[in-house]
Amino acid sequence: MSMGKVMKPGVTIKGNKEGLLFILDDSRPFSYVLEELKHKLENTQAAQIWDGPDMKVTIKLGQRQITRTEELAVRELFSIRQNLIIHRFEADGMPYLRGAETDLATKAGTVRSGQVLVHSGNLLFLGDVNPGGTIQCTGSIYVLGSLRGLAHAGSHGDQNAVIVASTLRPTQLRIADVISRPPDKWDDSEVGMRFAYLADNQIIVEKISQLGQLRPELEWNENRRRLNL
Amino acid sequence: MGESIVVTSGKGGVGKSTTSVNIGTALALTGKKVCLVDTDIGLRNLDVLMGLENRIIYDLVDVIEKTCRIEQALIRDKRCEELYLLPAAQTKDKTAVSSNQLRWLVAELKEQFDYVIIDCPAGIENGFKNAVAGADQAIVVTIPENAAIRDADRVIGLLEKEEIAPPKLVINRMRKQMVRDGGMMDVDEVVAVLAIDLLGVVPDDEQVIRSGNLGEPISFDNKNLAAKAYRNIARRIQGEMVPLMALDKEQSVVMRMKRWLGFA
Repeated sequence: MSMGKVMKPGVTIKGNKEGLLFILDDSRPFSYVLEELKHKLENTQAAQIWDGPDMKVTIKLGQRQITRTEELAVRELFSIRQNLIIHRFEADGMPYLRGAETDLATKAGTVRSGQVLVHSGNLLFLGDVNPGGTIQCTGSIYVLGSLRGLAHAGSHGDQNAVIVASTLRPTQLRIADVISRPPDKWDDSEVGMRFAYLADNQIIVEKISQLGQLRPELEWNENRRRLNL
Repeated sequence: MGESIVVTSGKGGVGKSTTSVNIGTALALTGKKVCLVDTDIGLRNLDVLMGLENRIIYDLVDVIEKTCRIEQALIRDKRCEELYLLPAAQTKDKTAVSSNQLRWLVAELKEQFDYVIIDCPAGIENGFKNAVAGADQAIVVTIPENAAIRDADRVIGLLEKEEIAPPKLVINRMRKQMVRDGGMMDVDEVVAVLAIDLLGVVPDDEQVIRSGNLGEPISFDNKNLAAKAYRNIARRIQGEMVPLMALDKEQSVVMRMKRWLGFA
């Protein structure tokens, strides 16, 4: 750092009608900014500021886009202040998440045996994927129909990708580089929409209602408390 | 100008040839002029099922190589005036013909016939491609078994790439009893997976095998349930709305009485 130059703070906090603005400096590495944020939130001297009523927080990223992992790191820092609820992330004139991950393309039809549907990004597929058919995306896969074939989400390594289907009866699931084969016999009592995600290098299938808990960035209800974070 | 319909399945042994012969026969019995074309070169079957094996002089390859005229190779059926067979060659293999040659042949036949039914060989290689080449429409035959459905699905996918109307489905060898005790997929499940229009369901019946061995297509039989299914399919091909028939053969005496008296 050159002498005499006044550094902008890494984290500037302002208030507005809605609540609090956390302005994260976009000119220095995100890890420095996180460090400063951590310091500010943990600072016990200023603790009384944080212990007030519930407040909506907007994180302003400036000219920076972040990854899901970075977003989760920010959310984790905020989890020690229960009254500070992250309302949204904002970058100037662009989606705050890096890459094409936030777009959702829509396609319809039937993926039949021997056919492969390859897509870059997230895909909403309206139709069935039959046994022997494959659907492969770099992002997440959402099937409004029956998934009976093979689905590969996060095919370029995105471990946060999920696979969602109205009827999840795949022959095989892949997320990033993890492959899983479902049980040979499905429990027919399992009705309702399900989704698959990656945790500790294992693909786990859950009821759709759990998705908001596991992927807070997708949760619509910003006031919902998260116990795991 | 007639219509050409290819009968295909992907998997072998699901009853493609039997279906071709019986749909062809059923169409001919309604008074249409029908030509059956056996494209399974090297493994011809239709002539055997129709009992016409001993009448073959020229075959499909002879026609394509211009050794004879089309009319010389056509064999008229023993029982039905309107039904003709163009047999496959038994001594050549599938490389003996090309897609373009088949396309020409089918176009020529369409000039003379109301329906040209093309019996496709099993598999998805050249023989399949040739058979599909000249067809306006396609019928996919499957049986309610996973392996056959998988292959049918593959074939439907391949047909999507051809200049051909969306294929129609025939489910063959349906066993009502097995469906009832959960050992076999029912019609709805098969249609849900394959997602194409259902043209008909043919019950499993050993009489079909017997009549095939005798060289007399079951469709000639007025009483048989499978024959009725084939006749219904022929009517649907001609645009008639025919409801799916109940496959339950054994009805209780009471039910039969009721139906007889007009109560059910």
